[in-house]
Amino acid sequence: MITAIVNVSLKAGVLDSQGKAVHHALDSLHFNGVEDVRVGKQIVLKLNTDDKTQAMQDVEKMCEEILANTVIEDYSIELV
Amino acid sequence: MKVAILQFPGTNCEYDTQHAFESLGATTEIIWHKSETIPADTDLLVVAGGFSYGDYLRSGAIAKFSPVMKAVKTYASTGGKVLGICNGFQVLTESGLLPGALKRNEGLHFISKHHHLKVENNDNIFLEELNNGDVVNIPIAHHDGNYFIDNAGLKELQNNGQILLSYTDAEGNIQNPNGSVESIAGVCNKEKNVFGLMPHPERAMEMILGSDDGKAMLQGFMKSC
Repeated sequence: MITAIVNVSLKAGVLDSQGKAVHHALDSLHFNGVEDVRVGKQIVLKLNTDDKTQAMQDVEKMCEEILANTVIEDYSIELV
Repeated sequence: MKVAILQFPGTNCEYDTQHAFESLGATTEIIWHKSETIPADTDLLVVAGGFSYGDYLRSGAIAKFSPVMKAVKTYASTGGKVLGICNGFQVLTESGLLPGALKRNEGLHFISKHHHLKVENNDNIFLEELNNGDVVNIPIAHHDGNYFIDNAGLKELQNNGQILLSYTDAEGNIQNPNGSVESIAGVCNKEKNVFGLMPHPERAMEMILGSDDGKAMLQGFMKSC
């Protein structure tokens, strides 16, 4: 069993309104050391395999097809 | 004229859309998303608004894998006319039938109100009843209507006359409610047979509801069939 952790967030050039709102909230709470905030989502998949190469290939395909919208989002995959 | 209207779990504008087209004289049929075909005599296929699959993951992201979408892609690729309204627009961008993507509104709020729109390009069957520069008053009701496309994609839209409508004030000056690139409210594909917009023309068919500007928009399809 492999667990894949997929992180999806808006691409660097795409304005992240939620991140901006959280940043403002942090500022108003006097957390002044925050340079930038990006809000994304995490998708955790339990995979019925022990083959890490295969798992990586499968999850990449899932990201491209549905988990992320690559027009506006980037994704990263971590296998544990 | 036969209008087929798609219905996913969570779609909620299919009956308004049906009423709007029937009031213009069309016959309509609502197509449940499990159907693997669309009626052979379909002249226009409408992906109606709502919250397909509860907007889970992203608006329109799950609907694009519904069984009926294969038939929709075939229909569109052979020149069939497709109109996506609101969530339907989101489904069409997620499916790759229209360029760009729809993000969360810049102000993060759900916006529900009448908004003025300016006709940017009437060189298509959808808006041919209107003139470039005309301003119409149409309801918007969305949380994820912030249209995004990269610079290269935007140039392509501009060069091909694919920008249909932009958000403006009553005088036609840009007034952007949701952060959309270039204040874009609707686009079409390069071939000009697939159309998508966030505003709801089907909710602007009678003056008693505040505006009947939607008639002229939907009438374009009636004339072309």
